[in-house]
Amino acid sequence: MTQLALVIDLNVCVGCHACVTSCKEWNTSGWAGPMTDQRPYDEDPTGTFFNRVQTYEAGVFPDTETYHFPKSCLHCEDPPCVPVCPTGASYKREDNGVVLVDYDKCIGCKYCSWACPYGAREIDEKLRVMKKCTLCIDRITDTSLPESERKPACVLACPTSARLFGDIHDPNSNVSVAIREQGGYPLQPEWGTKPANHYLPRRKTRIQIHEDELVRADNPLKKEELPSLPDGGETLDDVAW
Amino acid sequence: MHPAFSVIFLTTLLGAGQGLFLALYTGQLYALANLLPDQSNDFYIMGSFLSMVLLIAGLIASVFHLGRPERAWRAATQWRTSWLSREVVVLPAAMTLTFFYGLFHYLGWTQSLFTISDTLPVDATLVTGALGTLVSFLLFLCTAMIYASLRFVKAWHTPLTVANFLFLGMASGFMLAAALSAYMGTNLVAFYGTWAVVATTLGAISRGSSLYRNSKFRCKVDMQSAIGVHHSQLHQKAQGFMGGSFNTREYFHGKSDSFLLMIRYIFLLMVFVLPVLMILFAYLSESVRLPIAAFAIQYIGLVLERYYFFTEAKHPQNLYYQSMA
Repeated sequence: MTQLALVIDLNVCVGCHACVTSCKEWNTSGWAGPMTDQRPYDEDPTGTFFNRVQTYEAGVFPDTETYHFPKSCLHCEDPPCVPVCPTGASYKREDNGVVLVDYDKCIGCKYCSWACPYGAREIDEKLRVMKKCTLCIDRITDTSLPESERKPACVLACPTSARLFGDIHDPNSNVSVAIREQGGYPLQPEWGTKPANHYLPRRKTRIQIHEDELVRADNPLKKEELPSLPDGGETLDDVAW
Repeated sequence: MHPAFSVIFLTTLLGAGQGLFLALYTGQLYALANLLPDQSNDFYIMGSFLSMVLLIAGLIASVFHLGRPERAWRAATQWRTSWLSREVVVLPAAMTLTFFYGLFHYLGWTQSLFTISDTLPVDATLVTGALGTLVSFLLFLCTAMIYASLRFVKAWHTPLTVANFLFLGMASGFMLAAALSAYMGTNLVAFYGTWAVVATTLGAISRGSSLYRNSKFRCKVDMQSAIGVHHSQLHQKAQGFMGGSFNTREYFHGKSDSFLLMIRYIFLLMVFVLPVLMILFAYLSESVRLPIAAFAIQYIGLVLERYYFFTEAKHPQNLYYQSMA
């Protein structure tokens, strides 16, 4: 079975919020209706978002690391929000594993949001139904789009390619390889919800260079310590053939 | 969690309504066993009517919790998996049985239909009442399991939640039955008062246990696990927005510890101490007003108890909004 998911590389995310704005732009303009805002240009603005980027700092100044942490629905393989829904509006798609809300069936009881340990669901105050990341379901399943564009808006927008999209059940997909080879991990694994989205940890790329690797100590052809030619003229090496 | 008054009134009103129904049927069974004098149908009719009013009031309160109440009928479809859906199925059943229990008393269908073992005459009210009792217990279970089944909310995820809903609902229901019999001048005040004290005591034990439990445990996950950065010094610098969001409104009560402590002492006093003392004085002084006041005070106490119940719950999603907390 296919399980589509995002893999978010915390090593490359720079916290630019391009995924947030592109997500809002795409999903508020689609057939599923707007993601409404309240008081967007006034004091205390608020609104519906599928995706947020938070910022954390690890360590004590001056030895600190800044983590930009994009946060959206993790499309759990065992989603706790689905069985608690009294109307069946919350469901997990059989064919690709995306967890969705049927906005025409939702009664806005908020029970699913209580059942989600990640806080991935938000009520749309105006439309009074529960909303969450759809992995841009209208985009990734649209066969009229070229293959390269059948990706969530956030993935296409990310300027540093911190967001990968693919099937984590296919061991050879780009996301599976990234999880396997770069230490991808799920959030709050203690609950057993098996989130499909994974995060790649911060990685340090340092090269160990020794002094003797910079100096050609053992090279019989070394040039550095050769006595200079008596006449100071050209050598064969300096001649362009 | 942010306490929602719609749900606070829903659970307390339903609890009192179901408890009153259980009280009526308990009285009928005692009368059947000749442990109590037979009551007039008026008492059962009035009691069933009051129980219906409470159940309907609870249903109306629940509507205010829904974003789309016009689609509420859909909520009956997922009873296989959702305790909320099961409550939506069982609540109308409880209302129907309460209605027919009162109606059969009103119509006077108390002549026995058949007799079991030549000693137990069974009439229509006895059968309806037995079914209603079963459904009332089921409704307590469903209502409580809505909270107790949320395994991420540790403060609720315990059998004590079911015990609390059951005993506190029964306490207020039996207290209301005592108040009703005092009001109607029947001789059941001592009987219902005793049962109300028993239920209140059981509720005090279970609620006390859950308060003690909730003061002890720590959340299973921490911020390190929530974002997957295993550093001992981890601080949130930005939440992803400047104003509020659903995440900062729904899961935080925003009240100070001292305020909550005050609420806790007040509800412990109003639910467990004062009503028991008032019932005791009512028994000694044969007062008519005291049982009514005892119910009223306990009910207000239960509203505060339910408010506190919501503020007790610490949702793991709050780990992502620690600069709020």
